[in-house]
Amino acid sequence: MNQSRIRINENNIIIVATLLLIVVLYGYGSISFTGFFSMQVFLNLFIDNAYLIIVATGMAFVIITGGIDLSVASFVAFISMVAASLLQHGINAYLVILMTLVIGLLFGAGQGYLIYRFQLHPWIVTLAGMFFARGLCYLISTESIEITDNMFIALSDFKVYVWGENYLSLGAAISLIFVVIAMYFSKYTRFGRNVYAIGGNVNSAKLMGLPVKKTTIMVYTLSGFSSALGGFVFTIYMQSGYALHVMGMEMDAIAACVIGGILLTGGIGYLIGPTLGVLSMGIIQTIIMFQGTLSSWWTKIAVGFLLFLFILLQRLIVIKRGKKKVQSLSESSILPEKKGRHVTIS
Amino acid sequence: MRQAFNSFMQAKIFWPLMALVLLLLINVMIIPGFFHITVKNGHLFGSLIDILNRVIPLLVIAIGMTLVIAKEGIDISVGSVLAITAAAAASLLHTTSVPIAILLALVIGLICGLWNGILIAYFEIQPMIATLILMTVGRGIAQLITGGQILTINNEAYGYVGKGFLLGLPFAIYIGAAVFCITLFLKKKTALGLFLEAIGSNMASSKFAGVQPKKIILLVYMISGICAAIAGILVSSNVSSADANNAGLWIELDAILAVVIGGTSMRGGRFYLVGTIIGALFIQTLSTTIYSTGISPEITMVIKAIVVISVCLMQSEEFRKLVTQPTLKKKVSEA
Repeated sequence: MNQSRIRINENNIIIVATLLLIVVLYGYGSISFTGFFSMQVFLNLFIDNAYLIIVATGMAFVIITGGIDLSVASFVAFISMVAASLLQHGINAYLVILMTLVIGLLFGAGQGYLIYRFQLHPWIVTLAGMFFARGLCYLISTESIEITDNMFIALSDFKVYVWGENYLSLGAAISLIFVVIAMYFSKYTRFGRNVYAIGGNVNSAKLMGLPVKKTTIMVYTLSGFSSALGGFVFTIYMQSGYALHVMGMEMDAIAACVIGGILLTGGIGYLIGPTLGVLSMGIIQTIIMFQGTLSSWWTKIAVGFLLFLFILLQRLIVIKRGKKKVQSLSESSILPEKKGRHVTIS
Repeated sequence: MRQAFNSFMQAKIFWPLMALVLLLLINVMIIPGFFHITVKNGHLFGSLIDILNRVIPLLVIAIGMTLVIAKEGIDISVGSVLAITAAAAASLLHTTSVPIAILLALVIGLICGLWNGILIAYFEIQPMIATLILMTVGRGIAQLITGGQILTINNEAYGYVGKGFLLGLPFAIYIGAAVFCITLFLKKKTALGLFLEAIGSNMASSKFAGVQPKKIILLVYMISGICAAIAGILVSSNVSSADANNAGLWIELDAILAVVIGGTSMRGGRFYLVGTIIGALFIQTLSTTIYSTGISPEITMVIKAIVVISVCLMQSEEFRKLVTQPTLKKKVSEA
């Protein structure tokens, strides 16, 4: 068979399904509503969800190692608060951006250290991180803080023209660059391969001598950094800091990863996946917006239903994989007496 | 005597109990009359009664969660189930009588639990992910039932469940006690408790021993669903309204905390119902303390986060080693 052709196998079937879903949803929208099929509507998906794309991509690394990061949404809100209140005190905008990113790195590294060093459950640690960040938001202020800094306003008005009059915002451009870098890192660096190895099997990764500790901490640091970057993008998008921003967004990020084919058991997934997941969720939202009569909670129900379908799909893949393993075991004559039976199963 | 004290010190329940006692002591020092209980119109009033009354929804959910975590699972949909049942009860009250509305709300909770259980037991989806679906959809469904509004409840009989008094104590406390006693009975006097711990510690070996894990798993999630439904009824009756967005927001996290503080391991196996109660009481006392000492209530979440991390660190083997080892090294160098 021709090796260079892209074949649909269990590694990329979810990506293919998601792409198909996007095309179907977008096609449905274009046929049903006038004005849906335009470049700008499509680009708006990126503009409105830029922060989610960044956060979900960072989260994807964590999920591929078999962990989870629940603190991302609170942290995005926290960054928006920190940036807004620092700007209010008249601190230089560049310095503020730098500080928020450094805070993100430190916060993520702290969580990663706690998880690896003391073998704590990532759920519990990042849950505490979520409370911690949200609580710090309230401590800064319970009111919404508007951003009046000229530099931030200029950033939010910055447009990257893609095709004629159609544009991307600065945040959307940053998110796309971030995704490309993440894809490069996952595929062509030692760090990326370590991440997949740990997700596949921690113990064998340890026995192979891979730096499990360093990679685990780095993965959470990366997630902290991406939430900080997402927070920055979100802040220039919203032009305000508020403690109640993006409530429950961590679940959207996880959903985006699931729909984008990142296996929640770890070890499998492409870094383009979360972006596709965010896009399909964004299209659903846009369709409901164009439709006009449907209320906003239908978005939640639709996304939940999609989540259900994709989780079932993931499950099928894992079951198929398990059967294959049994079959290859029996074929390598370790279990010769079972050979016939397993071949008939598959 | 000493031996008894030592074994008590090593019991899982020791540290959470100490933390609770410490917190109560702090309260006594800061707030005069903390333990003071007065009788007004034949009802008992006081900070302690207040804590007991407010902790019940969390407690009921945490008891259900303890069973789920004992079988190495997790149920993060309880907050959404709470919102669904609260919304359902509130809207049913417009058309049906109180007992039927409560019964139907419980049935809805049961169905939600059944859904989770089927996904986990028969489709073998990871518990966290399976319940994530209901968590996302649940709030949407609750909003669908309420039509996006906050439903108010004007029904005295229904209000009695969450606000009424019986023999001087809030009625909710009796419900909490009943749920606890029933679960304790299930654990101690039926095979369920044994099977649950068996499945939690080793699923494969319990299967070979003849336990049917799938049925137990289904049952456990159904119990958790019913517990969430009871909490939903209590909450909606107490505040006389059903808010699809904010009812039971983050209660799943508080419930998990209560269980973990109570000494039940997230990795399954043995579970401690009394520990869970102490954990839930601890969380509620912490919130009440922060409110009544006049520290800005915004800090509650930060303190909760720090407490959780410290409790988890104390339970972690590696941390204990870290604390004990430096002294060992010193002794070696001295010798």
